[in-house]
Amino acid sequence: MRLDDYTSYLSAILAANQTEAGAAWLRKQIEQLHSEKAFYLAFSQVPRFVGKQPLHLTSDQLAEAAQLRAGFNPGLWTVDQAVRTLLLLQVPHHTSTEYSCLLKELFSVADLSELATLYAALPLLPYPESHRERAAEGVRTTMTSVFDAIALNNPYPHDYLPTQAWNQMVLKAVFNARPLHRIYGLDNRRNAALAHMLIDYAHERWAASRALTPEVWRLVGPYLTTDNMPDVERLFQSSNELENQAGALALAESNSPEIKDLLSQHSDIEMKIRNGDFTWQSIGERAYTA
Amino acid sequence: MLFIDPHVHMTSRTTDDYEAMRNAGVVAIIEPAFWMGQPRTQVGTFKDYYSHLIGFERFRASQFGIKHYCTIGLNSKEANNEALAEEVMELLPLFVCKEGVVGVGEIGYDDQTAAEDKYYRLQLELAREVNLPVQIHTPHRDKKKGTLRSMEVALEHGLDPSMVIVDHNNEETVQDVLDRGFWAAFTIYPHTKMGNERMTEIVKQYGPERIFINSAADWGISDPLAVPKTAHLMLERGIPAETVQLVTYQNALEAFGQSGQMQESDWLTTTQIDQSQKFSGNSILRGGQTPKIESDATIIR
Repeated sequence: MRLDDYTSYLSAILAANQTEAGAAWLRKQIEQLHSEKAFYLAFSQVPRFVGKQPLHLTSDQLAEAAQLRAGFNPGLWTVDQAVRTLLLLQVPHHTSTEYSCLLKELFSVADLSELATLYAALPLLPYPESHRERAAEGVRTTMTSVFDAIALNNPYPHDYLPTQAWNQMVLKAVFNARPLHRIYGLDNRRNAALAHMLIDYAHERWAASRALTPEVWRLVGPYLTTDNMPDVERLFQSSNELENQAGALALAESNSPEIKDLLSQHSDIEMKIRNGDFTWQSIGERAYTA
Repeated sequence: MLFIDPHVHMTSRTTDDYEAMRNAGVVAIIEPAFWMGQPRTQVGTFKDYYSHLIGFERFRASQFGIKHYCTIGLNSKEANNEALAEEVMELLPLFVCKEGVVGVGEIGYDDQTAAEDKYYRLQLELAREVNLPVQIHTPHRDKKKGTLRSMEVALEHGLDPSMVIVDHNNEETVQDVLDRGFWAAFTIYPHTKMGNERMTEIVKQYGPERIFINSAADWGISDPLAVPKTAHLMLERGIPAETVQLVTYQNALEAFGQSGQMQESDWLTTTQIDQSQKFSGNSILRGGQTPKIESDATIIR
């Protein structure tokens, strides 16, 4: 069973990342998880017994994570986060409703790092389809660390959020300058509605002479029409190299032959795309290091 | 100079205040759970308030480079609604062991009624059970008696005075508090509590041991810069820098650090995790900036 695999995986990575005292504390808590009060208390107290240091993972361990659950990436997780997730996987429950009640209670009294932990754990938790509304609620937060926990390096939104909620999440990531390339499954869930909202947003930003992440064009490419020619021209004329690159990649992904034509007028940049000199990933990685 | 304001109600303050505090050198604050200005009528509003303290307010402070801690408790005024107080008491164990909760507080007496006494005692027991410091609010009216009673009851419940911070002291209460081995906190709050010229005289007389100051800035006319302003006044009036550092930083850290939830490294070292939490569109103030204090605005009366 999958949950057992997740449990074994987390236990294995913790073995090398935990002190003996922390491990002993955790073993004792797991024995007592049958009492609700003991569970809530243990969940709260995790950082004071196991610490908050970042997990050190090998590339093999990271690969194993992705194999275990597509998109699962604990590369930026901390020890307390892994331990709390382990508790969430092991708490006894009988039905989906019972488990949801327990999660609801945890969310309602959660502190900042507990909130982030809970959202990042969603893709591993039992009854994943029952957490959709919770995930959509998480996207409404104004707390950056909480938003990041759900939107970035987390496969849950890609796998379970309905289109409207997914689009809101991506828009909000753009709005708050969160790195889009860290959203799992970003290209796979591109859609026309999102592309149009982003084009409108780009016009709004330009009208206000405000900066805009070049990553937005990653979501727009396949939906470009001749109406967007001036937008693409503007990207090509920008003094910002990343915007030139984004314009070129968006053109390359366009489904409109007239638009694609524009790219052949910029043969130097077309060549660079073919050579793989830049990609959406490289643009994303450079876009936020001002 | 770096400062800690160990009693300030930031939920009632603006981002201008956060910015001014950070510019003046405040690196860490403690927000005690308190009375919101009018009585709550539902247990749910308490729950949301506590979760706001450990969630959104902590985040808000972090945007200005200030580390936010809190104390959790049922305040004395609202202890008088016994039906509600019973429900709130059931909530407290869900919150007192959270990360960054550095004590049970602010608790104690207001009118010194039987109900206040009952919930004060129950919360002292809770603090002892979970080994957290206690932050005591001493009453505005009948203050001296209320302060003495707060300490007697704490001792009666077996609390170590070194784990108890008696707040809102004045010239009339300080000697008794120090004699009994408790921490003596002073609130620099215009018109109703201490002024900072008086505070300076107290430190000259008693020295810095187990004494520290706070602003208790809230929804009333109060001053979130009371700690840095008082520090500057003390320096101006010849109190040695080491003494000033003790009463505006170190002693508060030592008292509340006993919770195991607050250490200097929390704000002196910026970890990788904290950086990933930066809100990219916002400027975050960093340490080492020149304190911005108007020299003529140093005095609070």
